[in-house]
Amino acid sequence: MRRKGMLLFFALVLLWVLAACGQQTGSKGEPGQGGTAAPTGGTLIFGRGADSTALDPINVTDGESLIVTDNIFNTLVDYKPDSTEVVPSLAKEWKSSEDGLTWTFSLQEGVKFHDGTDFDAEAVVYNFNRWMDPNHPQHKGDFGYYAYMFGGFKGDPGHVIKEVVAKDKYTVEFHLNFPQAPFLNNLAMSPFGIASPAAIEKYGEKFGDHPVGTGPFKFVEWKKGDSITLEKNPDYWKKGLPKLDKVVFRSIPDNSNRFTALKNGEIDLMDGLNPEDVPSVKSNDKLQLFLRPSMNVAYLAFNTKVKPLDDKRVRQALNMTVNKKEIIDSFFAGLAEPAKNPMPPSLWGYNDQVEDYPVDLEKAKSLLAEAGYPNGFETDLWYMTEPRPYMPNGQKVAEVLQADFAKIGVKVNLVTYDWSTYLDKTGNGEHPMALMGWTGDNGDPDNFLYVLLDKDNTRTPDAGNIAFYVNDALHDLLIRAQRSTNQEERIQLYMEAQKIIHEDAPWIPLVHTTPPIAGIKEIKGYIPHPTGTESFENVSIEK
Amino acid sequence: MLLFRYILRRLVLLVPVLIGMSIIVFGIIHFIPGDPARAILGERASETALEKLREDLGLNEPLFLQYVHFMGNILQGNLGESMRTKAPIAQEILPYLAATFELTLAAMAFAVFFGIHLGIWAAWKQNSWFDLALMMAALIGVSIPIFWLGIMEQYLFAEKLGWFPSGARFNHREPITAITNFYILDTILAGNWRGLGDVLRHLVLPAFALGTIPLSIIARMTRSTVLEALKSDYIRTARAKGLNDFVILYRHALKNAFIPILTVIGLQTGSLLGGAVLTETIFGWPGVGRYLFDAINNRDYTVIQSGILVIAAFFVLINLLVDLLYAFYDPRIRYS
Repeated sequence: MRRKGMLLFFALVLLWVLAACGQQTGSKGEPGQGGTAAPTGGTLIFGRGADSTALDPINVTDGESLIVTDNIFNTLVDYKPDSTEVVPSLAKEWKSSEDGLTWTFSLQEGVKFHDGTDFDAEAVVYNFNRWMDPNHPQHKGDFGYYAYMFGGFKGDPGHVIKEVVAKDKYTVEFHLNFPQAPFLNNLAMSPFGIASPAAIEKYGEKFGDHPVGTGPFKFVEWKKGDSITLEKNPDYWKKGLPKLDKVVFRSIPDNSNRFTALKNGEIDLMDGLNPEDVPSVKSNDKLQLFLRPSMNVAYLAFNTKVKPLDDKRVRQALNMTVNKKEIIDSFFAGLAEPAKNPMPPSLWGYNDQVEDYPVDLEKAKSLLAEAGYPNGFETDLWYMTEPRPYMPNGQKVAEVLQADFAKIGVKVNLVTYDWSTYLDKTGNGEHPMALMGWTGDNGDPDNFLYVLLDKDNTRTPDAGNIAFYVNDALHDLLIRAQRSTNQEERIQLYMEAQKIIHEDAPWIPLVHTTPPIAGIKEIKGYIPHPTGTESFENVSIEK
Repeated sequence: MLLFRYILRRLVLLVPVLIGMSIIVFGIIHFIPGDPARAILGERASETALEKLREDLGLNEPLFLQYVHFMGNILQGNLGESMRTKAPIAQEILPYLAATFELTLAAMAFAVFFGIHLGIWAAWKQNSWFDLALMMAALIGVSIPIFWLGIMEQYLFAEKLGWFPSGARFNHREPITAITNFYILDTILAGNWRGLGDVLRHLVLPAFALGTIPLSIIARMTRSTVLEALKSDYIRTARAKGLNDFVILYRHALKNAFIPILTVIGLQTGSLLGGAVLTETIFGWPGVGRYLFDAINNRDYTVIQSGILVIAAFFVLINLLVDLLYAFYDPRIRYS
């Protein structure tokens, strides 16, 4: 009997020791390096929902991979920390020829890759040749974003870049097949991070496990499914940066568990905060809340090929029944702004003079009567079941719209499919009206207006314009804006385009969501970027 | 010799079981709705890109041919490549398997240690308040949902009391160098004692959550088999001889009561391996359950197929191991 008691006693003591030693090692919420007095930058642990797929930026398309690579690689040009305006990065300045066919970039001098090799014009040429030429020995993989942003690969009819040449050690010239207005904005996207040619040659297809760039942090280790560790690049070319010693990207799939880990001091910053947890962040004096500026839009698309939605008056009438503010308060926990244009206000060229349709049931009814439907009509409204960044709960929003439409006698039946079927069917135009949304890629208005509402994109089976809205005047504006390299002119063209779209009402633009992010109070200098991908070079932890 | 033949026979019997399993696994996942090509390439993929990927992955081939290729590769030890990360699965799955094994072993060690001792104690003190309380607790233990227990533990021991971390395998501020991916072993190999304490601390809450059900089952099973043994003649003889309580309980009673307990341990270990998904999700544990869960979300067909097969194979192997242990422990089993 005594030995048995001893065993139990021993086990309990062991548990107690474990618990106690945990409190000593300071895992309970000491941000940075627990206990060290030296003024080091500390470690930032970023909690997110999923692991990366690979760390070769050109070969991935998921945000979880790109947010890591953005800290390892620099692009030729970059976005401003809080908007999609283009600023210098590895290219310190650039100019384009009159016809927009030749772009010349002068590069930063004396920059080194993490493996010690030099960054120069040849390295830029190497990277672009690898991406665009399917015959390049290191063109291994999908290179999806390259093809998507630059019209395919070398030899494809729509391919934008003819060739990239090194004029001298620090000057590189791009020759285009035809002008592309969003060219600079595209170059600033994270997938086009410049990698060390020596490392690509060395690791080949395994480069995605051994990423080498010129960025603020160097890759250290990847524990698959768990965490990715980066450490400070002491020779970073931007003086005094980065401020942190280390960044750890940890994946914790469940939003609530991630929030517990944040409150517990195991992580310092987290994305994917549940909207219902926002009040508890606000009331916790150890935490702070960040809102990512919106670069998305959620909308209801009317299929303008289907009766009676082919009548502009009917679409306008339906626009006049929806109280967006109420939807935001009820289903977005207030973390969104009402949309009146098809693109978010964080984009340049946004037309703030457009006035949203006011809620006006009388006017709506008379418009319906004018169109020949004094007693309303019956149709289907499609919604998605899967939560999307721009639409956390499609069903609830659909129910509210159903109730709103009923007020003017329009009866809608709710219809849904699983997400990939939904995309197939809406892309094929089988819906009368459907909820949908879009997150921007490169911060260019073209990426919203042309992709979502131009007649070029009504081609089935995978139409981007699921309103099947065709307006030749709009098409002319959008194409002119695509070909122009004059920013002022482009702004004017997009302003005009938004007016036309508002008048024709192919959609009810619903909301632009601003995803919430929570972090410990000590984090300074963190600015969430609209694209969802940002570098932590300016971030510090100050106690 | 007889033992050897017995083992051989059991091993040969594994073959049809594994083949059957592979057919079921292969069949089921091909009926998951949704197009894997679209799931991989995303919403914006063009029809040509989708078609090319289907071609590359062999999704256009007849099911039968796909199955033949799948099995051909497995037989060569090639579990295929993940559709999403393009990495060989056999290599990618190892750290995840190690994480799951470490957690499962910790949970079972905890369950076996406490389960057997508490069970014996309850039997010894049959009908005492201790016995009653323990049996009540065990009843609650088997019926408690793991996810609820896990969340409550996190709330109480991590968030409120701050005794243990709420998740993960180690403290990310002081990372551990992976050698074998069994972190207990790795920290010992590296002589990193602080790291070892840290790893053990991270094991406590998930192991407790995962071990509660087997603990309760083992405790109940031990109690009843030991009670049975205590009633038998040889115990009476032992008592009459004046042996002390400890020797009677642990040497004589437990020894004879051990076979059914061993069965429970074996079955529970197997089911924990596969059933760790919830615990792994709640505690952010990068185990094989999580690996499969992510694969299912991403429609990563190759990973789902091979992953389930690997887990199933381990399940079968553990059961085999238990059967062999019986045979070793009690030679009578070999003959029947």
